Amino acid sequence: MLQTITKLASLRNFYFFCGKLLPWFAWPTLILMLVGLYWGLVEAPADYQQKDSYRIIFVHVPAAWMSLFVYMVMAVSAAASLIWKTKASEVVANSCAPIGAAFTFLALATGSLWGKPMWGTWWEWDARLTSELVLLFLYLGYMALQSAFEDKRTAARATAILAIVGVVNIPIIHYSVEWWFTLHQGPTVQVMQDKQAMDKSMLIPLMIMATAFKFYFATVLLMRSRNEILERESHTKWVQEERERL
Amino acid sequence: MINSSQHALKTLLWRDFTLAARNKSEWLNPLLFFVFAAVLFPLGIGPDTVILKQIAPGIIWVVALLAALLSLDTMFRADYEDGSLEQLTLSPYPFGMLVLGKIAVHWLLTGLPLILLSPLLATFFHLDFDATLILMQTLLLGTPVLSLVGAIGSALTVGLKRGSMLISLLVLPLYVPVLIFGANAVAASTVGLDISGHLMLIAALLALALTLAPLATAAALRASIG
Amino acid sequence: MTLLDFLDMDGYYLYVWLSFGLAIVVMLALVNGPMKRKKQLLKQLGRKKRRGQRT
Repeated sequence: MLQTITKLASLRNFYFFCGKLLPWFAWPTLILMLVGLYWGLVEAPADYQQKDSYRIIFVHVPAAWMSLFVYMVMAVSAAASLIWKTKASEVVANSCAPIGAAFTFLALATGSLWGKPMWGTWWEWDARLTSELVLLFLYLGYMALQSAFEDKRTAARATAILAIVGVVNIPIIHYSVEWWFTLHQGPTVQVMQDKQAMDKSMLIPLMIMATAFKFYFATVLLMRSRNEILERESHTKWVQEERERL
Repeated sequence: MINSSQHALKTLLWRDFTLAARNKSEWLNPLLFFVFAAVLFPLGIGPDTVILKQIAPGIIWVVALLAALLSLDTMFRADYEDGSLEQLTLSPYPFGMLVLGKIAVHWLLTGLPLILLSPLLATFFHLDFDATLILMQTLLLGTPVLSLVGAIGSALTVGLKRGSMLISLLVLPLYVPVLIFGANAVAASTVGLDISGHLMLIAALLALALTLAPLATAAALRASIG
Repeated sequence: MTLLDFLDMDGYYLYVWLSFGLAIVVMLALVNGPMKRKKQLLKQLGRKKRRGQRT
């Protein structure tokens, strides 16, 4: 077991490992996406209160889930690269941030698009939207730090520390924002409560979409990681061989 | 060993204070900024007592946060550039402790004067005596968190030529909880609510920052030195 | 249900389709980016190789 892990940690092996995994994530992504979209947009019944506008949930909620999930993946691989100094985990952590930022942006944008018909405004200082906004700032700060360094290894160590600091702070930020929101909550009715049990006809497509988003993340992560490895190892022989093969 | 590391810490603190006494603009400028920026708000909004009173806690806290941010860039920079930071990492004393000492100096030079100046701003914004006291309490508990968390950002960017803008991007999102609890405690007290819960939450943040931030800062400094 | 009813989304067509459209555009862009980057990288590698052979 340990041997396979150390073997994988070498960038060359990790590159080919990612290549082997790629189709196993890419094709299911496509299929799940199409099934989820059809189910969510066509098959699922309209909500009796929000009518068809609730269908935004099928992109909003998976994107919001992913925005946190990607940060966790990033922080875990950052921690791994600090502890074991494995280059492969550095590559993974590096490749996460833009994907996470994109999911966070999507969660915000679709939340705003949902809020307009429900609340009557594009932006409401709702607890979830606000902490999502802070999360976007965390991602953007991480990316800014990443691009500020010239040396890739120094950048990896600095961003790894930032990712871990961020992951400690995310729950604190989340709860403080939630508390702040309940403190200032006016007479507005909360519409985006998904605490009430969801009907199966809506829950199943939501879960399909959430799974599709997970597979999508893995696909893009693998693609980005492979590129980063090629870039880092461009001086080696195996990369040249790989180029000739392609 | 304990005695000698205490001695080392004392020497380090003394050195940092001497340096600060010679280089006054480093810690005076953020304080001036604190007052100037706060004065701009009544000028922009209008001298309405009721409105000013209502927004005072939020504005004073935000301005304090920005003032703390301004002073972060200089926290480790001079030591990094003249190489003394590298010497500190090589010293036999626990590096985290030395870092905590440097953060403490930073707070004493930027955070503490800010608290002492805050009654002046409170009068500008027509806050009454009780609210002013509570503002000072929240600042007393909150500004150390600003220094501690800010130190991480400062340490991460110390090796970069243009780090000062980057620090604010890294640190501002992490300041959100302190701002929320600090400003809302003052606001809650003006409407007569019990705020011991708020103060305890800020104290909890302080305890957490006090234990974790020096370690993260030390690791970040090591990474920056390379 | 007619196609028009479906597209109308109970009158919420703007919000629903904008949300899904935005998601698709962003997600496709995130796939397209690395694909382009890979081509670019391989080109760069090729140039490096040729330069190496000449010297």
